[in-house]
Amino acid sequence: MGEEIKVIVFKLGEEEYGIEVDKVQTIERMMPITRVPKTYAFVKGVINLRGVVIPVINLRGRFGLDEVEATDQTRVIIVAVNDMQVGFIVDSASDVIDLNTDSIDSPPEVVGGIKAKYLRGVAKIGEERLLVMLNLSEVLNKSEIIQLEGLEE
Amino acid sequence: MDMNQYLTMFIDESNDHLQSLNENMLQLESNPDDIGIVQIIFRSAHTLKGMAATMGYEDLASLTHQMENVLDLVRNEKLKMQDFIFDTLFKSLDALESMVQDITNGGDGKADVSSIVASLQAIVRGEGATPAGEAAEGDSSVAAVQGIELDEFQFSVLDQSISEGHKVLYIQVTLREDCQLKAVRAYMVFETLERSGEIVKTYPDVQEIEQGEFDRVFSLYYITQRETQDIESQILGVSEIETTTVVALDHETLQQMVQESAATAEAVKPQVSEASQAAAASPEAKGTSAPVKESKAPARNAGGGNPSRTIRVDIERLDVLMNLFSELLIDRVRLEQLASESKNQELTDTVEHMSRVSSDLQNIVLKLRMVPVDTVFNRFPRMVRDLAKTLDKKIDLIITGAETELDRTVIDEIGDPLVHLLRNSADHGVEPVADRIAAGKPETGTVHLRAFHSGNNVFIEIEDDGRGIYRDKILKNALAKGVVTETEAATMTDDEVNQLLFAPGFSTAEKISDVSGRGVGLDVVKSKIVALGGNVTIYSTPGKGTNFSVQLPLTLSIIAAMLIRMGSEKYAIPLSSIVETGIIKRGQIKHVHGSRMIQFRESLIPVISLSRLFEVPDFDEELEEETEIVVIRKGDRLAALTIDDFIGQSEIVIKNLGKYLPAIQGVSGATILGDGQVALIIDANAFIK
Repeated sequence: MGEEIKVIVFKLGEEEYGIEVDKVQTIERMMPITRVPKTYAFVKGVINLRGVVIPVINLRGRFGLDEVEATDQTRVIIVAVNDMQVGFIVDSASDVIDLNTDSIDSPPEVVGGIKAKYLRGVAKIGEERLLVMLNLSEVLNKSEIIQLEGLEE
Repeated sequence: MDMNQYLTMFIDESNDHLQSLNENMLQLESNPDDIGIVQIIFRSAHTLKGMAATMGYEDLASLTHQMENVLDLVRNEKLKMQDFIFDTLFKSLDALESMVQDITNGGDGKADVSSIVASLQAIVRGEGATPAGEAAEGDSSVAAVQGIELDEFQFSVLDQSISEGHKVLYIQVTLREDCQLKAVRAYMVFETLERSGEIVKTYPDVQEIEQGEFDRVFSLYYITQRETQDIESQILGVSEIETTTVVALDHETLQQMVQESAATAEAVKPQVSEASQAAAASPEAKGTSAPVKESKAPARNAGGGNPSRTIRVDIERLDVLMNLFSELLIDRVRLEQLASESKNQELTDTVEHMSRVSSDLQNIVLKLRMVPVDTVFNRFPRMVRDLAKTLDKKIDLIITGAETELDRTVIDEIGDPLVHLLRNSADHGVEPVADRIAAGKPETGTVHLRAFHSGNNVFIEIEDDGRGIYRDKILKNALAKGVVTETEAATMTDDEVNQLLFAPGFSTAEKISDVSGRGVGLDVVKSKIVALGGNVTIYSTPGKGTNFSVQLPLTLSIIAAMLIRMGSEKYAIPLSSIVETGIIKRGQIKHVHGSRMIQFRESLIPVISLSRLFEVPDFDEELEEETEIVVIRKGDRLAALTIDDFIGQSEIVIKNLGKYLPAIQGVSGATILGDGQVALIIDANAFIK
């Protein structure tokens, strides 16, 4: 048996994603964001989180999905990985579930391209529900972004 | 035991002790006969040794130990402090300092100190020194200062006994001065002890004791099962005993004691004297059962006996406190607003009270980061002393205002520039003794180092009464180096000439000396101070002296800035880089070689569109007939930034943007405005290439 972990569940479009709860500092409602010029397109800017300035990225943009207008459901999930604090803008976040690490399968082959790198695996909950577990250090990996930028030029 | 948790404490306290050692040594140098100072130095060294030994830094401990031996002779007036002893001790301090530095940087604090140890040992042996107390010799009544020398067998017996759970005691007995039958009393003590244990070794030898061939003190190692206190009261039960010290030993303390006694015995042998009797009665071995334990626990009374009434706090925690506090301030503003809208008197009163409390709190939080400049200044007396020696000059350093407080972040940065300026004063300013006499000045030159507050700034001045700056000399040099042209030189004021000292690539030293010619000029000092948001100016009277005046902001984390607006966005520009603000008409912008320039005080300066550079979505100055500009400066180059509107001047708290974002050209950080919004701080320097 693998270990039980707690996972924060959030949504981008119709798909459900998960982040281990110990990587998440807090979940905030959408708040005023100060734009930071000359940075990656998916970086929306910085926010003031109780006195600390934290960069916020749009996770849709990061994954190459179309960005959408913020709604009542929009949340900013503040994660802390490798000494970095970053906020993720997601469509909604409401659930915390217990998950056994055994139920996480490696990402299916069909999900190709860049996207597969960001995934730690896919967890099956019950019969129908699929949860995409994120590989946070890859999502926040900057060297890969720089590479991408280079290709675009 | 995991020592890591004690490591920071060890480093901090070691630095304190080293500092106190340095200071007291300097004091002692001016009052070489003050035994009180020697005592303080000895205690500091002793504590340091204990700490180092506990932490397992053997080299550190053994070097301190050798210093202690020298100091011990001095405080017992068997050795008179002399120049070469001072030099050796100072050298030892330097070595200790570099070891502690190594430990601080994650090293193991090991260093080859054999040559210093050798010279310390030579001093102890009396080589090259004349022992002060030429008193009686040959009297074998040297009391054991720190335990008794043991041979290998005796040591292993004691060590074994400890392992087997027996008590090993070190006992020192002092007989009353008027004791008639010393040998008998000693015999009685031995007999009492032998009833409940075993005496392993005595000092002096049993034979000598039996024949009364000792003064008043004898000591011994004793193995027993009984309680320490029982033994003590039994000994005191024998009449004509003045005091006794009973110390229970464990493996470490036994080891330490034996090592110490071996060293001391070896050290003391050649110059046995009655004075060593005093050593037995020294604070170390007196009455209490502390002598061994003291070296195990870090000293509580660091810094020469003044117990510190402060605690150490990680600066990051203070930052957190600051952040939380600024959050509170933002809420306060909102509460004030709500209260005034609701017109509820009780609420208004409460909010007003809260405002007062929080502004007091704000003062305190800001003050927590303030540190007296003392922490930087205190290493200078030693440095100037060494400089004077190297340069063969006589220099008095007079420090005033060392209690002046500065933000910790400034303190951390200011040390090096000050070192440089002091070196400059000692090297180029103060003349050699012969020149001073010829100029009718006192032999000893004076360098004043003073710090004081003035408004929102702190001034640190370094003033010497040396030869001053000669205009012609500097100009000649500047012309030769191509820093100025002939025509410029002719019209320069004295102040401007003095400022040439800070010009890049300029050095007035005709030949590069060991002291200040280290390949860095005063220009580095200047740029460092400017980077801290300060400034440095020179005042000098030829033949009379020079004054370097360094102006520094009180803190680095709070700066004065101009808040500006561009469309819906707000930015902050540090006042330090703003020359002036103004309005220009579109027609005033000229196009020169495709770049846009405006006329500004007889020169053309480039116009930079901040909104285009930052791709501001809802503002473009092209749509305006008149545009506000901010003229910024980097060195002697100017540029005009076009902006939308001025909001006003404000004190802002600087925050960094975190590790995730890449370095953004033109943005040096962020700040949080009164309404809780984040505003980016513009790094004006980045716009001028």
